[in-house]
Amino acid sequence: MKFLKRYRFFIVSILALLFLLLLNHGLGWKALNLSMYSLKEMVLIIPPIFILLGLLDIWVPRETMVKYMGEKSGIKGIALSFLLGSATAGPLYGAFPVAAIFLKKGAKLTNVLIFIGAWSTTKIPMFLFELSSLGVKFALTRLLIDIPGIILIAFTLSRLLSKEEIKSIYENAKSL
Amino acid sequence: MMIGLYIVTISLLSLSFYRDTNKSIKALKKAWKAFENILPQLLSVIVLVGIMLALFDAEFISNMIGEKSGWYGTLLSALIGSITLIPGFVAFPTAALLVDSGAGYMQIGAFISTLMMVGVVTLPVEIKYFGKRLAVTRNLLAFLFSFLVAYIIGMVVGN
Repeated sequence: MKFLKRYRFFIVSILALLFLLLLNHGLGWKALNLSMYSLKEMVLIIPPIFILLGLLDIWVPRETMVKYMGEKSGIKGIALSFLLGSATAGPLYGAFPVAAIFLKKGAKLTNVLIFIGAWSTTKIPMFLFELSSLGVKFALTRLLIDIPGIILIAFTLSRLLSKEEIKSIYENAKSL
Repeated sequence: MMIGLYIVTISLLSLSFYRDTNKSIKALKKAWKAFENILPQLLSVIVLVGIMLALFDAEFISNMIGEKSGWYGTLLSALIGSITLIPGFVAFPTAALLVDSGAGYMQIGAFISTLMMVGVVTLPVEIKYFGKRLAVTRNLLAFLFSFLVAYIIGMVVGN
């Protein structure tokens, strides 16, 4: 029962895939192939990310995280969050477990949100790729709007949440 | 990039084992627990992404977002970008092709921006870590912000 409850979303999505296969064989087959492709991507990217966060959890003391990314880390904390998020690889869902460990270790919520924003959109390897595909003007314009945008979104989000909500997010991160 | 990630991970893991075997085993156990915890959500995301990508292929997208499609086309591209999840190394060349086949820069700006910042299919994962309110609001703000990005890109690059 516990298994069924945990995997109910997955079961529903598999059923949707089967339904699509019955409805339109070509489209269903394409969806299946694309899912297998994403699975391959996940299998490649997940082990290093989770091993890194395990190491981070064990080796980096709370005081260090608080000092560099905590409440009083100021502009240095913002810069560090940007750098850490931009230097990574992998899809956005890889950022969330890492962000949760940051929270658990006492990083400031806005910094964690900046880290997620940077991971989502200012990754350095992706920027180079964007540059060659869509041109300097496009890539540079986007980067220049995104940097203040990410900071603005992070601060707006922490403003919108109540103290209790923020507290429960930290509690949740501890239990993961 | 993937190779870089593996080199860093293997080096740090080796260093960790060299310094303290027990702590390293504990770290690996934590890694496994964290992974097992999120596995159901990750698996659903993968299947949903497959279905979405099969429905919204490049041809479909380019039909939607021509240069003259204006704000309507921008809204559509933003919606498509929000619900799909395409890795960057596929998305950028696709976007370049779309531009060549007549898509406007404003629309492509909205598509690329929401593609990266907004994740509707990854919401179950995000909610698991950050709760419903923060996850939904973050996506909503990123969605709105993408229109500003699109507008400025349309102005700077379009002409």
